[in-house]
Amino acid sequence: MSEPTANRLLVNPIECSGHGACAELLPEMITTDEWGYPMVDGRPVPPALERDARRAVSACPVLALRLVPAEVAPEARTGRA
Amino acid sequence: MSRSTGVVSLVLLTAVVLIGLLITQQGRLPGLPRFAVTGLHRNLSLLAVAFVAIHVLAAVADSYVSIPLTATVIPFASGYERFWLGLGAAAADLMAAMIVTSLLRRHLSRRVWRGVHLLAYVSWPVALAHSIGSSTDLQHGWALYLATGCAVVVTAAVVWRLAAAARAVPRAERVTALMSARRRPGSRPGSGRDLTGAGTR
Amino acid sequence: MTSPMTSAAHDEPWEEPLDPTARGVPGDGRRAARWLPRLLPRGTDVPEDLRAHVARYGGPPYRGAAQLLVGDVRAAGLTGRGGAAFPVHRKLAAVLDAARRSRYSRPVVVANGAESEPASEKDATLLWLAPHLVLDGLQLAAEAVGADQAILCVHAHRGGDVGIALRRALAERDGAQIDKVPVELAEAPPRFLAGQETALVNRLGGGPALPTFVPPRVTERGLGNAPTLVQNVETLAHLALIARYGPRWFRAAGTELEPGSMLCTLRRADGVSRITEVPLGTPLCDLLGGRDVEGTVLVGGYHGTWIPAGKAAALTLDSQSLRGAGASPGAGILITLPPTACGLAETARVARYLALESAGQCGPCLNGLPRIAGALDELAGPRPRRRTVEDVQRWAGLVTGRGACHHPDGTARFVRSALIAFAGELGLHERGRCSATSRKWFLPVPADPARTEEDWM
Repeated sequence: MSEPTANRLLVNPIECSGHGACAELLPEMITTDEWGYPMVDGRPVPPALERDARRAVSACPVLALRLVPAEVAPEARTGRA
Repeated sequence: MSRSTGVVSLVLLTAVVLIGLLITQQGRLPGLPRFAVTGLHRNLSLLAVAFVAIHVLAAVADSYVSIPLTATVIPFASGYERFWLGLGAAAADLMAAMIVTSLLRRHLSRRVWRGVHLLAYVSWPVALAHSIGSSTDLQHGWALYLATGCAVVVTAAVVWRLAAAARAVPRAERVTALMSARRRPGSRPGSGRDLTGAGTR
Repeated sequence: MTSPMTSAAHDEPWEEPLDPTARGVPGDGRRAARWLPRLLPRGTDVPEDLRAHVARYGGPPYRGAAQLLVGDVRAAGLTGRGGAAFPVHRKLAAVLDAARRSRYSRPVVVANGAESEPASEKDATLLWLAPHLVLDGLQLAAEAVGADQAILCVHAHRGGDVGIALRRALAERDGAQIDKVPVELAEAPPRFLAGQETALVNRLGGGPALPTFVPPRVTERGLGNAPTLVQNVETLAHLALIARYGPRWFRAAGTELEPGSMLCTLRRADGVSRITEVPLGTPLCDLLGGRDVEGTVLVGGYHGTWIPAGKAAALTLDSQSLRGAGASPGAGILITLPPTACGLAETARVARYLALESAGQCGPCLNGLPRIAGALDELAGPRPRRRTVEDVQRWAGLVTGRGACHHPDGTARFVRSALIAFAGELGLHERGRCSATSRKWFLPVPADPARTEEDWM
């Protein structure tokens, strides 16, 4: 990993209500699907987009979007069945 | 000066509440992207804080009525005669709690942030009561029309928001509601409107 | 209650004495342990009582302190038997680590017998026939992580007898005072997601059986905010045996990378369910009843994969082999759909069930699964439109990885594999024909969907 302190964007799909502010602020990493829900790029946020990523996190009206340290692995997203 | 800043504060807070209610219903303001609506809510509330602070300091500094500084934050510290003033202090305290929790929301649990933010439903009417009760200006003339207008608009918005909540399908019934809505077989891309209406809430 | 069937092809007597490195094994240490079956008592369909259990295995071989069992579990290579095959020693270590850091909460251990997959019956069978093996495992796991609370969770509807038998077994153990940690019996509602780790913990905590978002994992913060170990009941049974006979014994069956044995629920063309225990790596043709079996095999249940029977018969029961066909062993469910049934119609019916069983919490799943089910209904009928298949593929892609749990992912996998395995059938349907001759549904699908919040409690 070239950027050991980089963060990842993580969306809590239970809280997410498809508001869409995040996708407007960070179109490079967040797009919306045909139902209005965000598709978040889970790769580490490049330093150039860090500020926009933080703005996207603050813009979420239901606090569903978070920036977490990259060590929090993507598969930690779900509990094992 | 405390009166003019008070009026501006009331108008700003009314706008903040209206935009807040709009956000809960995924609403848009014409011409503004979604992130701008949340941004406007934040900026207007911070502006309102500034005006409320000036309003309070102006009221204390004003030698026509003597108000100890403590009464500005501790409701009713200066006795029952200052009832309307006490309401103002109470509203300001609630507002401060909402602002502080919102600024620190990354470090707070969602439940805590939301619980405090719901105090807006208390804080705004209290602020309105304080405005009308503590200022003779607001009891007639254009100022009264303004206050009444704010009250009417906020009440209508709250009723609209409560009606939407009552109409919303409870989570456990969402899927069955969607399954029965999908009698027609198949679909086309583009008819992919979110079947839940305003998000999954 | 289905009676267990032993896998005759692997029933060799094992004369070697018990592993000399095994510690503290009361009972007759020199009696040869038969290779298979390991978990289910042979030739009986009556619960084994405590006396018979202790006579066969001895009492639970407590180590005397937390952590000590973890090394053996790691050496044995035991993975979860609930479907996800997560390494057990890593879960134990995670709970121990969380407990060390939390200082206030003692961990909780949950034996997951919810078995919410409709086609699976192995857990209910295991709990019925060998409850004390599971309960031993529960106690040993509790000791290993330093837990002071243990819960055994069973499916609310399937096996009312199982609940009674378990209560009797717990009473026996209480009388003999062989348990260190008190065990509570709990029920999971009949929801497909109720056995999911976070949903189960949510339910046990008084809430509905709805999955919650991770992080934090339940091993970190689960029931009552304590570090929680959730293990499938079969996993605990294996653990109870590893504690007695050691990791080398466990590895005597199975493959190098995937050691041990597992319980499977087999449903062949006659529709009858059989439970069998086989080593991992067993050729599927043995389980399917031959190399020239006809029809299509569903490997892994309703989040699993459809594979044409001929192709399936050439595979073995392990992740390595099955991965090539886009499948995994899962919780050991192998269903052979006969050619007389319509694979698309059966898939559509199950997809509808899966959509109705969505928690409805996450936008993509809530929007995607009903649409997929509707589209499959169309594909199951005459002359479906060409773009319906494209729609299904697109929606399956959209829902994968975008929920709080794996329900949309598993459903997408199930549906996509159906489109591949039943491509021929689809071609027939497009021309207005269908190859099916049977008029009865084959796959077991529960009739009552969730309608209100109460149905999740």
